[in-house]
Amino acid sequence: MAKIVVDVMLKPEILDPQGNAVASALPRLGFNFAKSVRQGKRFEIEIEGEPTTAQLAEIEKAAETLLSNPVIENFVVRVEK
Amino acid sequence: MRVGVITFPGTLDDRDAARAVNLGGAEAVSLWHADADLKAVDAVILPGGFSYGDYLRCGAISRFAPVMKLVIEAAGKGMPVLGICNGFQVLCESHLLPGALTRNSDLHFLCRDQEIEIINSETAWTSSYKKGEKIVIPLKNGEGSFQCDDNTLAMLEGEGRVIARYVGENPNGSRNLIAGITNERGNVVGLMPHPEHAIDELTGPTAQGLGFFTSILNAMVK
Repeated sequence: MAKIVVDVMLKPEILDPQGNAVASALPRLGFNFAKSVRQGKRFEIEIEGEPTTAQLAEIEKAAETLLSNPVIENFVVRVEK
Repeated sequence: MRVGVITFPGTLDDRDAARAVNLGGAEAVSLWHADADLKAVDAVILPGGFSYGDYLRCGAISRFAPVMKLVIEAAGKGMPVLGICNGFQVLCESHLLPGALTRNSDLHFLCRDQEIEIINSETAWTSSYKKGEKIVIPLKNGEGSFQCDDNTLAMLEGEGRVIARYVGENPNGSRNLIAGITNERGNVVGLMPHPEHAIDELTGPTAQGLGFFTSILNAMVK
């Protein structure tokens, strides 16, 4: 069984109010390391056996069609070892 | 004239939208998201709410409902389609309208009476208004911030496709105070605030939202 991870992040130019809220909450707890925070989504997809090239292409397509909105988000697909 | 009102799981404002259609002088027809059947309607409204619990992204899952395939086809042929709030989000996810609606800039869910200015009164859904007319209707959403890239924004502004703008302070961080937009042809309109909650003074802050539902009759007469 293999695990495919799809990370979806808002494009850099899109305002991320949730990330900003996290960034401003950190110093209140004494964590002063963060210059900025961006919040995204992670999808973990399990498939039977090792992924074929065709399956990875299909997952890319699904990521582009459903898992992310290309108008505001970028995504990265990777196979987790 | 028959105007369909789609109900998705989690839709809230379908009853109010149907009432607004009837008060505007057309006949409201209930449509169900899972039925690939538009019941021979002349126009369609996608009402507000939290379809599919807003899971993944607002409107992202509704977009693939069986009824939406027909709505997308019909919109391409010129059928008037109005998406209000969550309906606007569905239209953006369906690529019937450009851009996307994201979390309000201050993260708060807003619920208030909002003044908007009608910028384009030549669409299927805004012809009862005058250009520059200001109306007050409820605004109630958590993800109402209209975002798009600079080229899309320039195109929308250049082609007069912004149909309404917020008046006063920006309530949610929308680019250029955009409250609603239309497609190239003017038959598909998306609007964040809720005209269907402002159709009579007994139940709404004003009756100034009714114009969206009478406009559609003008569109059919043409």
